[in-house]
Amino acid sequence: MKSWLRTDTPWIWLNAAAVSISLLLVLGLLLLIAIQGLGHFWPKTVAEMTYRDEQDQVRMILGEIAGTNQHGGLIAGSADAGNETEGQGAFQYLIKSGNREVNGYDFHWVPANKIERWHYPDQATVIERKEWGNYYGFIESINEQGRVIATNLDAWPVLWAKLDETSIRVTKIQQIEKEVISKISLQLEQSVLRKQRLLMENTTRTDELSLLEAEITGLEHQYQRYQDELDQLYPLIKRYSLVARDVDEQRQIIPLADIVRIYQPNRLSGSDKIGIYGARFTEFITGEPREANSEGGIFPALFGTVMMVIVMSIVVAPLGVVAAIYLQEYAKQGFVTQLIRISVHNLAGVPSVVFGVFGLGFFVTVLGGEMDRLFYPQAYPVPVFATPGLLWASLTMAMLTLPVVIVSTEEGLLRVPRSIREGSLALGATQAETLWRTVLPLVSPAMLTGLILAVARAAGEVAPLMLVGVVKLAPALPVDSSFPFVHLERKFMHLGFHIYDVGFQSAHIEAARPLVYATALLLVIVIISLNLTAVCIRNYLRKKYQAMEE
Amino acid sequence: MTEKQFSRPAFLASRINACGGWYGLWRMIKDALLRVCVHVGGYGVMLMIALMFFYLVAMVMPLFVGASITQVGGYPVPDSSAGKTWLLGMDEQNKLGFRFTDKGRVIFFETETGRIVKTVSIPLPENVTITGITHEAGYQSLVVYGLSDGKALLVQPHYALTFEHDRRMIIPSLDFPFGKKPIKLDESGKALSRLAVASEEGQASLAVITASGRLVLTRLTAKSSKPGASGFELSRKEFTLPSEPIEHVLLDKAGRTVYLVEASGILNWLKVGPAFEVLSQGRQDLVGPGRKLSSVTLLNGHLSILAGDDAGSVNQWAWVLGEFDQPVLQKLRTFEVSGQAVMSIESEQRRKGFIALDTAGLAALFYSTSERKLLEYRFSENKIRTVALAPRATALLSESEDGRLSLWRLSNNHPEVSLKSLWQKISYESYAKPDYVWQSSSSGSDFEPKYSLTPLVYGTLKAAFYALLFAVPLALAGAVYTAYFMAPAMRRIVKPGIEIMEALPTVILGFLAGLWLAPFIEAHLFGIIFTFWVTPISVLLAAYSWQYRPSSWRHSLSDGWEAAFLMPLIMLVVWLSLSYGGSLETLFFDAGVKDWLSQQWGIDYDQRNAMVVGIAMGFAVIPGIFSIAEDAIFNVPRHLTIGSLALGATRWQTMLRVVLLTASPGIFSAVIVGFGRAVGETMIVLMATGNTPMMDFNIFQGMRTLSATIAIEMPESEAGATHSRLLFLAALLLFLFTFVVNTLSEWIRQRLRKSYSTL
Repeated sequence: MKSWLRTDTPWIWLNAAAVSISLLLVLGLLLLIAIQGLGHFWPKTVAEMTYRDEQDQVRMILGEIAGTNQHGGLIAGSADAGNETEGQGAFQYLIKSGNREVNGYDFHWVPANKIERWHYPDQATVIERKEWGNYYGFIESINEQGRVIATNLDAWPVLWAKLDETSIRVTKIQQIEKEVISKISLQLEQSVLRKQRLLMENTTRTDELSLLEAEITGLEHQYQRYQDELDQLYPLIKRYSLVARDVDEQRQIIPLADIVRIYQPNRLSGSDKIGIYGARFTEFITGEPREANSEGGIFPALFGTVMMVIVMSIVVAPLGVVAAIYLQEYAKQGFVTQLIRISVHNLAGVPSVVFGVFGLGFFVTVLGGEMDRLFYPQAYPVPVFATPGLLWASLTMAMLTLPVVIVSTEEGLLRVPRSIREGSLALGATQAETLWRTVLPLVSPAMLTGLILAVARAAGEVAPLMLVGVVKLAPALPVDSSFPFVHLERKFMHLGFHIYDVGFQSAHIEAARPLVYATALLLVIVIISLNLTAVCIRNYLRKKYQAMEE
Repeated sequence: MTEKQFSRPAFLASRINACGGWYGLWRMIKDALLRVCVHVGGYGVMLMIALMFFYLVAMVMPLFVGASITQVGGYPVPDSSAGKTWLLGMDEQNKLGFRFTDKGRVIFFETETGRIVKTVSIPLPENVTITGITHEAGYQSLVVYGLSDGKALLVQPHYALTFEHDRRMIIPSLDFPFGKKPIKLDESGKALSRLAVASEEGQASLAVITASGRLVLTRLTAKSSKPGASGFELSRKEFTLPSEPIEHVLLDKAGRTVYLVEASGILNWLKVGPAFEVLSQGRQDLVGPGRKLSSVTLLNGHLSILAGDDAGSVNQWAWVLGEFDQPVLQKLRTFEVSGQAVMSIESEQRRKGFIALDTAGLAALFYSTSERKLLEYRFSENKIRTVALAPRATALLSESEDGRLSLWRLSNNHPEVSLKSLWQKISYESYAKPDYVWQSSSSGSDFEPKYSLTPLVYGTLKAAFYALLFAVPLALAGAVYTAYFMAPAMRRIVKPGIEIMEALPTVILGFLAGLWLAPFIEAHLFGIIFTFWVTPISVLLAAYSWQYRPSSWRHSLSDGWEAAFLMPLIMLVVWLSLSYGGSLETLFFDAGVKDWLSQQWGIDYDQRNAMVVGIAMGFAVIPGIFSIAEDAIFNVPRHLTIGSLALGATRWQTMLRVVLLTASPGIFSAVIVGFGRAVGETMIVLMATGNTPMMDFNIFQGMRTLSATIAIEMPESEAGATHSRLLFLAALLLFLFTFVVNTLSEWIRQRLRKSYSTL
C-alpha cells in the first residue's frame, strides 16, 4: 500500500474524482430542478390522517404529502421509516392542507409516530381557487343565490354545468376589463395629454382643441357604458356557489367564479391525471399569475423576457458585427487595436450589476430625462421615458452582451481563409463587395452563434434588470392592440426576476416553491437549448472551415 | 494588411476607368460608405465602453469635492430701528428671512433683497422687559423669550404657501404654540437670565436659570396633537445649582438631558426621568487645561456637544456606549478652526455638520462623522457678528458689525464622505467603540449615516475566498485530468458539459442555494463535513482495489475512463455519509455539531452562510476556471511531455514538473478570472447570504457584498444624493477591479501563447 501511494495512480484517480464531482454537481442540479419542477403539475393523492398533537388531542388533517423530514436523515424517505421513535430523530410528514383562510397557513408537520389512522377518502376534493390557495375538503352542495340546487351525489353534473356557465361570463368580464376598458383609458390618457400639449403651446387652433375635447367626452361615455355593463355582469357570476366542508366539519362557501380547477384526486384514472397535468402545464405557460405571483401562470414573465431579448438583439447584432468587422477587417493591427480588443474582452468580465448601475444612471436618468424634456413636456412631472422600462433594460443588456457578439464574430472572421478574400479582391471586387458577397456569408453562422449566446446570457441575467425596468407585476404587456402597439417605455416582467421575487419576497414561500422550480426549469431548458444550438453551429462551422482549408 | 493598397486614390481613378465609368464609381462609393459605417460603428462601440467608465467616474467625483460659497445678496439690516439682532434665520426655500430683535420685534424680509415683508411685535405685558432669547440648538423653529417677571413666551415662525395667479407666495406669520400668554416658570417672579428650549412631538421642554440661582425644568405637553390648539399641560421641578456661575444652558430634544456649562468650560450634566427624577449626573471638562471655553452648542440629533475654545479648536463630545451599555460622555474628535477664539458654532438642521466662526471673522464648515473641513472662508470687509444656516444648509445669512446683512449660497452636497469615513474605523454617536459600519437607511433627519465601504469590501472578498476555496481544487484537478489523462472520446463530452455550467443563470443557483441548499446544509451539517473527508479517502481505496480487478476486465476497460467509473461510487459514498451522518453526529456530539460549535468555540451558525455561498458561487466559477486552465494545460507542446516521458519520468512526474510548470501562468490567469467573477457575482450572494454587513471571517456566518448592496439599495436611493453616489462608487470599484484582473489575465495568456509557439 505504501509503495502504491508513491506511484501515479492515486493522484490520477483523485484528479478524476474532481471531474466526476463536477459532472455530478451539474447533473444533480439539473435533475433536482427537473424533478421538482415537473412534479409540480402532477395531481397528488389526498390523504386523511388522524393523529395526536403535542397536547395529546386527537386531530384530523386532509392534504397532500408534500415532503418528509427526519433529523439528520435525507429529505426523501420511505413510508415504513415512520415507525422510528428515537428522540429528536422523529420522522415527520409535511402535509399541504391548504384552506389558508381557515388555518392561516398551507402546511403542517405531522410526526409519523403520532398518526393513528391514515386513508385516502374517495370523496376528497381539491379546489384550486383564484384566492387563498387550494382548498381540501368534501363537496356538500351547490347553491344558487343561497338556495340549494344540488347535494352530494347529484352535485357533480350540476357543478360542471354551472362552472361552464360562470366561466363564460368570467371570460366576458375579463375581456371587457383587460382589452376594451384598458384600451379606452389609454386612449383617454393620450387625448388628455395631447390637449395639455396644445394648451401649453398656446395654440390658436381652437377647432383642433374642441375636436379633442369632443373625443375625450366620447371616450368618457364609452368608458361609462362598459363600466355599466360590468356592473350588470358582476352579480351574475356571484350567482352560483359551492358549499364544501373540511375535515373538521367546518363549512365554507366558495363562489364558482373563484374556482380555477376542481377534482377528486383519489378517484382519478391515469389518463385523467395526465389530462390535469396537461391543463395545469398549459395554465403555467399561458396563464396570468395569481396571488402575488405565487400561483397561476408565468405568461407575462415569459413574454417580457422574449420582448426584452428581441429588442436587445435588434440593437446588439448590428453593433457587435460592425465592431468585429472594424477590428478584423478595417483597423490597423497595432497597439490601439490590441487595446480595444482587450477592453472588449474585459467588458465581458465586468460584473453585470455594474451595467445595471450605468443603465439606471445614464440611460434612464440622462437619456430618458432628455427624451421626456424634448418629446413629452405635456406629461410633466409624470416620467415617460425617464423611468426604468423595457427600452432601457434592452439597451443595458445590449451593452452587456456586446462582447459576446464581437468575440464570436471576430473568431468567425479569423477563420475565413485568407485565400477567399484574396481571390475575391484579385477578381476585381472592392473591399465592400468582398466583405458583403464572400466573407459575411461565410461568417453568418458565427454571427448567429454570437447572437444566440448573447440571447442566452441576456435571458438569464437578473441583477442589472432589477435596476433598469423589471417589476414583480406589470399592469400591462409591452405589446398590445393600442397604438403604437409596442410600448418600449413600459415596465415588464422577467423569468429570472420572477424566480427571485417569488422565491424570496413572496409571503407564501412554501406554497410558491414548486412554481419557482417550474419557472427555473423552463429558464434552464431555454438557456441550455440556446447554448447547445450555439455549440452545434460552432462545431459545424469549424468542420466547414477545416474542409475549406484543405 | 495587403488589401489596403487597393484603396489608394490613384488606384481608384484607374479603377473607375477600368470599370468603364459610373458603375465603377458607384461601386467605389459603396465601398467608401461601408468603410465609413464600419468605422463609425467600431468607434461607437469603443466610445460606449469609455463612456461607461467616465460616466461612473463623473458620478463619483462630486463626493470628494469640498464646499463652496458665493454671495448672492447684501443690504443694510432691515428695519434697524427695531433693535439689535438676537436671532437670524430663514425658511425652507431660503426665500424669507427673519430677524428677532432685543426690543421684541420680529422682522420678516426677503433674503435676496432685504425688502421687509412683515413686522410682528411680541405681545408683552406692561412693565416687563425681555431678559433673554434662545432657540432650539440646531433648529430655528421654536424660540423662547425670557422675561423680567419670571415668565417665558414661546413663539415659532410659520410660513404658509399660497398660489396667487399661478405664482407661489410664502406668507410668513408668528405662531404661539403654547398660547400668547407668557408662562410662569419661576415662582418667585425673578428675571430669567439663561434659558434653553427643546421640542419633540407636541412637547416642549424648557430649562431656565433664575436670578435667584436655581435651575427650573419645565415640560409643556400639548393636549391635542392638532397644530394651533392651545391647551397644554405643564409640569416642572426646581433644582439647586452648583456654586460656579453657569454661562450656557443646553437641553436635548426630549428634555431629558440638561447641560450646564460654567465659564471655565466645566460641564455639569444631568439626566432626568419622565417625572424629573434624577437618573444620573456628572461633570466633565470640555476644553482641557489651559484653554477657555468660548462657545458651545449641540449637534443635530442632540447626542453630541460641540465646544469651541479660545485657541480656535472645536471639541466634539458625544454619548457613546460605555461599560454595561451605559451611555458615557466621550471626546470623539477635535476640529481646528484657526488660531483665534471660536466665537460661535451653528449646527446644521438636517445633518451632522456645523459652521464655526472665529473672532477674526473666519468661518469654517465642518462635518463631524467624516472629520472633513469642507470650507474655510474669511468674510473680508467687516467683522461678522452672527451667522445663520438655512434649514437645508444650502444658504447662509451673516450680519456684520457695521449693520449689513448678506446672503450666501452654500454648495455642500456630500460632506458625509471622506477617505477616512469610507475605509477606516469611525467613532459614531451611541456606539461603544470606533467601528466599520455600513448603515445607509435613514429613519429621520437625526440619523447619522454610516458609510463605511470596508465591511462591504470585506464581505465581497470573503464570499469570493470561500467560492475559490471550493472551486479551485475541483476545477484545477478536473482540468489536469481532462486535458491530460482523460480518454479523448470522454473529453469531447465532458468539456462542453462542464462549460454549459457557465451558462446556467445565477439566479437559479442563488435560488437553489438559498431555498434548498441552505436548509439542507443546516440539517446535515455534520454529514456534509464528513463527506468532504470521506470522499477522497474512498476514491483512494477504490483506486487501490482497482489493481486487483479481474483480468477479464483489464482489456475491455482502458485508461482514461476513471472519472466515469467514479461517478456511481461517489454518489454512493455521498448518499451513505449523508444518511448516516446524523447517527455519527449523535455519537460524537451529544447535542449536534452546531451546539458544540457555539458552546466550545462561540461560533454562531447562520442558515445562509459563507459555506452555502462558497458552494453555490464555487459552482458558478468552476466552469470559467476549468475552461481556461484546461486550455493552458492541453496546449502545452507535446514534445515537452514526450521528452520527459522518454527520459523515464512517470506520467504524474511529467504532469507536475513539466506540464504544470509550463502552464502555470495560464493556471494563475484562470484562477484570477474566477476571482474576478466571484467578486462581481450578484444574484447568488443576494439570495444565499443574510446580507448583513459584518466583519467576521467565520464560514458559518453571512456577509454583505458590494454587488448585493447595489442591487438592494440602488432602486431606493435618491438620484444625486450621497448614498446613490456611494453606490456608484461601489460599482466603479467593481468595474476597476474586474478590469484590472481581466487585463492581467489576458496579458498573461497572450504571453503564454507566445512562449508556447516559441517552444
